[in-house]
Amino acid sequence: MAKIIVVTSGKGGVGKTTTSAAIGTGLALKGKKTAIIDFDVGLRNLDLVMNCERRVVYDFVNVINEEATLNQALIKDKRTEGLFILPASQTRDKDALTQEGVQRVLNELAETFDYIVCDSPAGIEKGAHMAMYFADVAIIVTNPEVSSVRDSDRILGILQSKTMRAETGGEPIEEYLLLTRYSPERVEKGEMLSVEDVEDILAIQLLGIIPESKTVLKASNQGVPVILDDESIAGQAYEDAVNRLLGEEVEHRFLTVAKKGFLKRMFGGNQ
Amino acid sequence: MTKTEDTIEELKNNTIPNREEFKPANEQNGGNLQSKASLNNSQPPSGPTFNLKGSQLTLMVLELHEFHFDRFNQQMTQATQRAPNFFQQTPVVLSLEKLSNPNENIDFIDLSQLCQEYGLYPVAIKGGSEEHQLAAIVAGLPRIPASKNRESLTPQKQDSSQNKETKSLSTKAPVDTATLSAISQTVTRPVRSGQQIYAQGGDLIVLAPVSAGAEVLADGNIHVYGPLRGRALAGVKGNSNARIFCHSLEAELISIAGHYKVSEDLRSQPLWKQPMQARLDSKHLIIEKI
Repeated sequence: MAKIIVVTSGKGGVGKTTTSAAIGTGLALKGKKTAIIDFDVGLRNLDLVMNCERRVVYDFVNVINEEATLNQALIKDKRTEGLFILPASQTRDKDALTQEGVQRVLNELAETFDYIVCDSPAGIEKGAHMAMYFADVAIIVTNPEVSSVRDSDRILGILQSKTMRAETGGEPIEEYLLLTRYSPERVEKGEMLSVEDVEDILAIQLLGIIPESKTVLKASNQGVPVILDDESIAGQAYEDAVNRLLGEEVEHRFLTVAKKGFLKRMFGGNQ
Repeated sequence: MTKTEDTIEELKNNTIPNREEFKPANEQNGGNLQSKASLNNSQPPSGPTFNLKGSQLTLMVLELHEFHFDRFNQQMTQATQRAPNFFQQTPVVLSLEKLSNPNENIDFIDLSQLCQEYGLYPVAIKGGSEEHQLAAIVAGLPRIPASKNRESLTPQKQDSSQNKETKSLSTKAPVDTATLSAISQTVTRPVRSGQQIYAQGGDLIVLAPVSAGAEVLADGNIHVYGPLRGRALAGVKGNSNARIFCHSLEAELISIAGHYKVSEDLRSQPLWKQPMQARLDSKHLIIEKI
């Protein structure tokens, strides 16, 4: 039985799609057959980040409307074995997502996949609701700033009340916090909320801390999931997060200000 | 006058607008609570299945002067017409202490059925003679000893045996457990931004943080065993004896019976981010240490 993971946040621009791409790729690298679904109908991005936008023929909405089969719409990732992408439709809106349709697609995927990663759109409206409704696990992507934390808190409330597990009285969804764009330097200066602050407010298990890194933007623009960049500390942090998701105990890294060596200080380190 | 007191003066006549509009958020939170309950059910049995607890309950007392079926019936009809909402499954204790003839024979089965027709549910008798006690037990009504000044009339030994009987019988009375579970609501998961929880008719106990943007309401007291960062409104139906307790005061707003303080006022309190209780003292919202 496949595990359905929703990557959500409430707030936009915190790194949901980057995280979906990285976590999905990471799971596939670990040998788990994984599908990433873009629920952001009308504002599709996942295909860009995964560098498969030129191969999109059918999309998620086509499958929901039974205009195409799942196999026709799934795009096989060229770099990572066992990774598939189901892109969103750019020409439709979120009303195209029906609960029955989404459930049918997820059930069909669950037959052959180990993990299904649902990349949620921002907000708390239909798209986000559909992305989380059938989830087993929720990854709450949060930036260390007050409004993002508040929105994450709101999303956690919705996860507890408006999902299938909540409505049918099943086991509650596993909730994990993924703190992105974390900058120890700015925390030290008091410009940014610390991990402890965010954990204190949200009171859920910490899956990982992704440090602020230029490589994330570069990777997104090049269409390479950042987890594939071994040199990048963000990529390494995502790898740790995937391992924790699979039940391993990994210590949290990149929490303190990195001491730069003399040469790095002279020439600037490319983190 | 200090600045804080000024604020109290200013706010004391303010009441929360549209207080009646706060409605129970059962739709949102019911699912949770229910899921918790069914979770518990699915687990293998362990530990005691019940607790016997002493508890003080306020019950309606029907003081009987005499029991004459037709006249009782007639007067009840009049009383129901005056206050129709009052008579809705209300548990009552039948007090026999004010009987004009203390030895009057009373058919408790008749009396009980008649009361129930008007929405009053006798749960016990209070006082009365030994004959009354026996007749009441037949009708399924245990006896509560009469108030102190009359107790001395009955022999001590008999009294204690009656006490025991009353206790064991009254635990069987359905009203006890039903009332207890109805008066307080316990929440174990964090109350998140956007969620609203209303404990109707009783206290609200939260064993987790109440987030900024969340709202907890109760007709009675509110206890938060964690930081209170959202809004807490106790005594929303006007109970000015209600109190709010929390481990750390970081609230956006606290209100008791409509008298409120907002975060801006609360931040200047010495107990900001400290454990505190809030209560009303002649319409002033007092925040003090616990």
